[in-house]
Amino acid sequence: MTRHNFKAAIISAAVVIALTGLLMGVRLSQSGGGLIVTGAGPDVYWKIAAAALFMFLFNLFRDQLDGLWRALPGIPKSPAGLTAVTEKPVVRRLFWCFLIAAALIWPFYADRGGTDLATLVLIYIMLGLGLNIVVGLAGLLDLGYVGFYAVGAYTYALLAMYFDIGFWPGLFAAGAMAALFGFLLGFPVLRLRGDYLAIVTLGFGEIIRILLNNMTWLTSGPNGIGGIPKPTLFGLEFSRRASDGMQTFHEFFGIEYSSVHRVMFLYFLALVLVLITLYVINRLLRMPVGRAWEALREDEIACRSLGINPTAVKLNAFTIGATFAGFAGCFFAARQGFISPESFTFIESAIILAIVVLGGMGSQVGVILAAIIMTLLPEVARQFDEYRMLLFGLLMVLMMIWRPQGLLPMKRPHLELRT
Amino acid sequence: MSAIQPLLDVSSLTMRFGGLLAVDGVELKIMPQQIVSMIGPNGAGKTTVFNCLTGFYKPSAGRILFRGEDIQGLPGFKVARRGMVRTFQHVRLFKEMSVVENLLVAQHHNMNTSMLAGLFKTRAFRRSENEAMERAAYWLERVNLLEFANRKANTLAYGQQRRLEIARCMVTQPTLLMLDEPAAGLNPRETEDLKELIAELRNTHKLTILLIEHDMKLVMSISDRIVVINQGCPLAEGTPEEIRQNPDVIKAYLGET
Repeated sequence: MTRHNFKAAIISAAVVIALTGLLMGVRLSQSGGGLIVTGAGPDVYWKIAAAALFMFLFNLFRDQLDGLWRALPGIPKSPAGLTAVTEKPVVRRLFWCFLIAAALIWPFYADRGGTDLATLVLIYIMLGLGLNIVVGLAGLLDLGYVGFYAVGAYTYALLAMYFDIGFWPGLFAAGAMAALFGFLLGFPVLRLRGDYLAIVTLGFGEIIRILLNNMTWLTSGPNGIGGIPKPTLFGLEFSRRASDGMQTFHEFFGIEYSSVHRVMFLYFLALVLVLITLYVINRLLRMPVGRAWEALREDEIACRSLGINPTAVKLNAFTIGATFAGFAGCFFAARQGFISPESFTFIESAIILAIVVLGGMGSQVGVILAAIIMTLLPEVARQFDEYRMLLFGLLMVLMMIWRPQGLLPMKRPHLELRT
Repeated sequence: MSAIQPLLDVSSLTMRFGGLLAVDGVELKIMPQQIVSMIGPNGAGKTTVFNCLTGFYKPSAGRILFRGEDIQGLPGFKVARRGMVRTFQHVRLFKEMSVVENLLVAQHHNMNTSMLAGLFKTRAFRRSENEAMERAAYWLERVNLLEFANRKANTLAYGQQRRLEIARCMVTQPTLLMLDEPAAGLNPRETEDLKELIAELRNTHKLTILLIEHDMKLVMSISDRIVVINQGCPLAEGTPEEIRQNPDVIKAYLGET
C-alpha cells in the first residue's frame, strides 16, 4: 500500500461522491411556478457512500488485486496441437459442413419465433461480413455503413411502390444502387485516413437517414413505406390467397396453408444470401485484390512503389462492402414489409461495427459468432433493455482488455509455394 | 543518326519544401544497362531526388524523361507501372504476409484482376496465378530465398529481407531499378553477394540500375558512372576514376584542408 495508491484512492472516492452526489443525490421538483432542490432519500445516500467506499478500497488495494488477478490461471490458450488440427483444410471443411447442416435443419426444429430470430441473425451476419470487407480486410474504418443498408432497403421499397418491381429484380437493383453510392462516396473520401475517414463516413450515414426523413415527396418521410411485397419463390407467393395472376406456394404443392412456410422461406433465403456472401468473400481473400487489401493495410507507400493504385483498391473494398449492405437492406425491407428511416440510425452502424470488432477483424467465423451473440443477447435479456447500450459498452471494454484481437482472430488463407 | 537515347534523362530537377531548397538543378542521364551511383554526404538530397523521380514528391521544377516520355508529376504507382521501380532506405516489406505473397502483391498490376474471373476461378485466372507463382519462384531462387517462400516476411533475417525487397521489385519486370542504400546494415559478405546480384541483374537481365550508396568500395567497384550531390546541388559527375581524383569531391567529403 503505497502513498501513491492512497492518493489515487482518495481522489477516486471524491470523484464518485462529487459526481453521483450531484447526479443522483439531488433532485429537482416542481412546486408552484418554480423548481426547488430536494435531497434524495437516505437509501440513495447509502448507495453513494457504498460506491465511494468501494472505489476507495479498490484503488487502495489495486496492486494486490492485480497480483491476484494475474495469479489466476488465464483463459486457457488452445494447445498447439489443437490449433494444428483446426487449421487442417479437411477439418475446416467438415466444420463448415456441420455449420451449414445445422443452419439447414434449424427451422424444422425451432418454432416460428426461433426461425424469425435466426433470420434476423442472418441479416446481421450478412451486414457484418460486408462491413468486415471494409474494416477488417481493407482497414478502412467506416462508421456510416448503415447508410448503404438504407440505400438498399429504400431502393427496393421505392421500386416496388412506384414501379411494382418484384423482389428478385429489386435485389439486384438494391445491390447495384448501394454499390453506386459506395463508389460515389468512396471517391472523395478515400484520400482521408483513420479518424478523418471515420468521421466523414459517420456523416454520410446520417445524411442518408436525414435525406430519407425529409424527402417526404418521395419516401413519405418518417411515416415510412409500407406494403413492400414479400419475396416469391419462382413466382409462387407465400400468402393465403394469391394476388391476380399469381399462384401461392401451398396451392402449387397442394399442401395446407401455413404462415410458417413464409417464415421458413425467408430464413432459407437469408441463408442462401449469407452463403453467397461467404463464398464471394472467401474467393476475394484468395484473389489478387484480397492480397492487395492486406498489403495496403500494412504499407501503403510500398504498394504505390510497386504499381498498385491505392485509391482504386480501397474503392474496390468500399464498393463491394456497400453492395452486400444493399442486398441485406433489400432483404430486410422485404422481410419487414415496412421500413422507415428509424431503422437506419447510427446505433445500427455501431452494432454492425461491434459485431466485426467483437468477432475479430477480418475473421468470418468470428463475425458469425459475434452476430449471433449481439442479436441473441438483447432478445434473451429483454428485461434489461434499458441497459442495452451500457452492456454493449461493458462488453467492448472487456473485450479490449482480454481479447483485443476479437473472439476468433482472422487467419487469412495463405497461398503456398509448392516446389 | 543520333546515338542511343538515354533511358532516364533528368534536367534541372528542383525540389523546394517551403523555404528549403532540398534539390537544386540536378542533372542526370542514365544510358540503358548502365549502373549509376548517386553519392553525397548525409542530407545531401539523394533520397529526395529518388522520391521526385519515382513520383512520391512532385518536383517544384525540372523535367524527367523516362524512355523519352515526360513523367514528372505522375503519381508513384503510374511511374512504377512504366517500369521504374525502387526500394527504400528502410525495409518496407509486407511483414505479416508470407515471402511468396510479397512477390504476388508486387505483380498485382500484371495479374488477371477481373472480379468475375476470380470469383469463378476461370482458366484464365488460374493461368495468370500460376504465371505469377512461377515468376515469384524464379526470383526467389535468384536471391536464394526459395526455401523461405512460405515463411512470414518479418521472420527473415535483415539481409534476407533486403534481398526479398529486390526480388519484389524484379517480379514487376522493371527496366530501371532504383536502390536506396541497398548495402546499409549488411555485413561484408552480404555486401559482396549484393554486388554480384546487381552485376547479374545488369548483365543477364539487361537491367539499368540507379543506386544511392555510402559504401564506397561497392560504389567504386560496380558503377559505370557516379553522380555526386552536395547540399542539393550536383557537384561532380563521371567515371569512378574521375570522381576519385576530383578535388571538389574530396573537399566535400573530407572538408577543407
